[in-house]
Amino acid sequence: MKRTGAAGNRGPDIRSDCYFEIELTDSGGIQMDIRSKVDRLFGTENRQLIRDMLDFFDIPNAKVILEDSGALSFVMMARIEAAVKKVTDTNKEYLPELIPENRYSTQRDRYRRSRLYLPGNTPKLFINAGLHQSDGIILDLEDSVAPAKKDEARMLVRNALRRNDFYGTERMVRINQHSRGLKDLEFVVPQHVNLILMPKCESADQLVAADLKIQGILTSHQLDYPVYLMPIIESAKGIMNAYSIACASENVVALAIGLEDYTADLGIQRTPEGKETFFARNVIVNAARAAGIQAIDSVFSDVADQDGLRTVVKESKSLGFEGMGCIHPRQVPIIHETFAPGDSEIEKAKKIVTAFYEAEEKGLGVVALGSKMIDPPVVKRAQKTISLAIDAGKLAKNWSKSYGN
Amino acid sequence: MATKLVKNALGRLVPTEINGKKQIPFQGVGKYRPDYRKYNLPVATCADFPTGNKLIVDLKTALEAAGLRDGMTISTHHHFRNGDLLAVEIFRIASELGIKDLVWFPSASFPCHAEIIDYMENGTVHHIEGSMNGPLGRYCSEGKMKGVGVLRSHGGRYQAVQDGEVQIDIAVIAAPTADPFGNANGLTGPSACGLLGFALADSQYAHKVIVVTDNLIDFPCIPWQIQGNYVDYVVKMDKIGEPEKIVSGTTRITKSPDRLLIAELTTRLCREAGLIKNGFSFQAGAGGTSLAIAYYFGQIMREKNIKARFARGGSNQYLVKMLEEGLVDYILDGQTFDLEGVRSMRENPGHVDTSPFTSYNYHGKGNFAPLVDIVILGATEVDIHFNANVNTHSDGYLLHGIGGWQNCLFSKTVILPIPLFRDRIPVIRNEVTTITGPGELIDVIVTERGIAINPNRQDLLDALKKTRLPIKPIEQLKIEAEKICGIPEKPNLGEEIVAIIKWVDGTVIDAVRRVIPL
Repeated sequence: MKRTGAAGNRGPDIRSDCYFEIELTDSGGIQMDIRSKVDRLFGTENRQLIRDMLDFFDIPNAKVILEDSGALSFVMMARIEAAVKKVTDTNKEYLPELIPENRYSTQRDRYRRSRLYLPGNTPKLFINAGLHQSDGIILDLEDSVAPAKKDEARMLVRNALRRNDFYGTERMVRINQHSRGLKDLEFVVPQHVNLILMPKCESADQLVAADLKIQGILTSHQLDYPVYLMPIIESAKGIMNAYSIACASENVVALAIGLEDYTADLGIQRTPEGKETFFARNVIVNAARAAGIQAIDSVFSDVADQDGLRTVVKESKSLGFEGMGCIHPRQVPIIHETFAPGDSEIEKAKKIVTAFYEAEEKGLGVVALGSKMIDPPVVKRAQKTISLAIDAGKLAKNWSKSYGN
Repeated sequence: MATKLVKNALGRLVPTEINGKKQIPFQGVGKYRPDYRKYNLPVATCADFPTGNKLIVDLKTALEAAGLRDGMTISTHHHFRNGDLLAVEIFRIASELGIKDLVWFPSASFPCHAEIIDYMENGTVHHIEGSMNGPLGRYCSEGKMKGVGVLRSHGGRYQAVQDGEVQIDIAVIAAPTADPFGNANGLTGPSACGLLGFALADSQYAHKVIVVTDNLIDFPCIPWQIQGNYVDYVVKMDKIGEPEKIVSGTTRITKSPDRLLIAELTTRLCREAGLIKNGFSFQAGAGGTSLAIAYYFGQIMREKNIKARFARGGSNQYLVKMLEEGLVDYILDGQTFDLEGVRSMRENPGHVDTSPFTSYNYHGKGNFAPLVDIVILGATEVDIHFNANVNTHSDGYLLHGIGGWQNCLFSKTVILPIPLFRDRIPVIRNEVTTITGPGELIDVIVTERGIAINPNRQDLLDALKKTRLPIKPIEQLKIEAEKICGIPEKPNLGEEIVAIIKWVDGTVIDAVRRVIPL
């Protein structure tokens, strides 16, 4: 093992993060060099944390440097632990409290219109992420984290899942590929994570392996809550196997597509019109529908182009997708607004749902609207339309009370 | 020097004497009534200005002619903001002349004035009465200044000059354009900044007035925002400011999603409380969040065909656009923050320059702050009684001047859109480090995690009862912030008072203690 290790970020543009460096020494106890912009307000607490953690990891002698840009304590804990783990071989984890606000599970078929990507090693973006009311947030361990930062991001994401309030959004983590991804699961599954995004899926085996691993972790920690899977298909091969991937496990609740990698795999340019990905997107929608799960579209990467985003979401909805990735909170309201049902859709749904309730009240087995019979899936879709309309603020919660009067 | 301390009406311990002058503790809003007469000057005579040409060869000569000597009070103004070159030049000259113990009385100081620390170190400057931040704030906070700093609002500064609380010996007014008679304005020239309102009191009440310009034109300089009849000397210099630091090329709405969220909540609150209506008025500053709020106001006004009677500046490109679009009838401007503001003031009769006398002075027959319906302000900290601090950082260091902040508190609805915490520092606290403004005048705190409404605004609470806005008791917001950040330690402050904070009526609302360096 090395004698020195460091983790975290520093520099003039860094906020809500810190950099921690440790050098093991043979004597002299713990020597601290602390540079903190909040030292006058949190200096005592920070020093105590360092002492407690080094004690926890059985390090009696070390020189440490802390450069603190206002890191919250769960962030600082992750940075200290990551640095310590570069100089000692230990399986111990120094965990912040799992706050009660984060002990919730989500439903298989809840809305997944928007999921906000948060780079997994950038804590300042975590803190307010839940306030922007996306249906889900994704703590990303994959492409947005530099290879050298992958290990420390795991601990940061783990701590964030425990201690950072995400205000009821579905808490998702995008893990890495292959064996690193399976290792990622050990860090995040015990923290009441709701959903795992699996990047670059090409075959059902990958899902089966991940699911097995997840169930194993839950069992060994004596935990019992659903951890759903959302495979992201990003290659030609993945598209060809989409249906079997969608059916790989009962925990797969949605199938997503990643178009940047997909077009790269095909060796073509991604265009705004998207003709080149039309087939792939249809396959995803079709495979998802066939498996009874949600189809989720790729991200729209030009944050400034809100009109462009609106156009893309409209098309996405018309193809049968039920959600999209977001790379910026400002995209969330536009996505929700556009995925919300239109006025005529809502009117039609109100008629169908009302007819359904009337039939139920009268004890009729068959729902009819005028002379037309209504099938159960149509009723179900109408109910979904109604709840989406209510959520988007386009319909009052108690709409049925005043309906028809 | 042991100063006697008394508890003022807000329970803050404040000194009864500062820099050898008696001080009156804050007595409550509207409670203190002056019983003295305004300050006045000896009568001047035209016999001393027979040709009306007041040009003098250079600044040094002008200062000497004005009688510069030890212990004088010298005033300058901040209409060049961080691009001001003049203030430092004055004290450089004074230092060369071996002058000691001057009092610098700026309308605000900026980081560009850091060199004045050298002149405090060598004894040229005794102390500063004006806002201090950056290096000057640090210097004063650590107790290195010989005298005690005095911080006043823009209106309070006018009041102090008018009442004779501060007697200015020499006022040096930087003028983007001037004529040899001393008429001056801020509308044109390489250092154009819009208006010179902050210098009005000084022009009227200083013993000697020097106008310094880098754009001398033939008489008459029109409009004469500063009237030459008050002016003793005019100096032409090559350069008095750095244009790119005087006004920004363009002010910009924030792109931060968190701050936009706060701006959206603020706008929704104003809309749902029925405050945005025909003939209303508002003030929003030049910060990114304030700009976003003004922009959102504009959207609502366009949508609902609402016109505002006036907007209170600091003006900026967004406000100018609203004026030109006819969404507001007038901009009553205190300072222009970008080039569009300067252009508009030059070209548009509906864009009016104002001074702290008309807008903010508390010792007059009214001012127009109470005529503004909605005012958007910032704060470093707010306590659970809505008292707010804009002057010191939570670690005790002087951070900001008061500006027009205290004066604006008299507007009908005062809203503070602020993040619940900055970095790791909670903004809503049990107690603020310094009280700049009393909670009874602060109506609403809007944070990204909820809105607190002052219980004394039952009308607002009633109007918003049925909305989906996240209205919470202020104590709850405080607890949420502490849950996320932890509870900060008390800053390590000494007993010694390094600055006092004046209320709009000249009484002392709080005192700033020395920060003990780590």
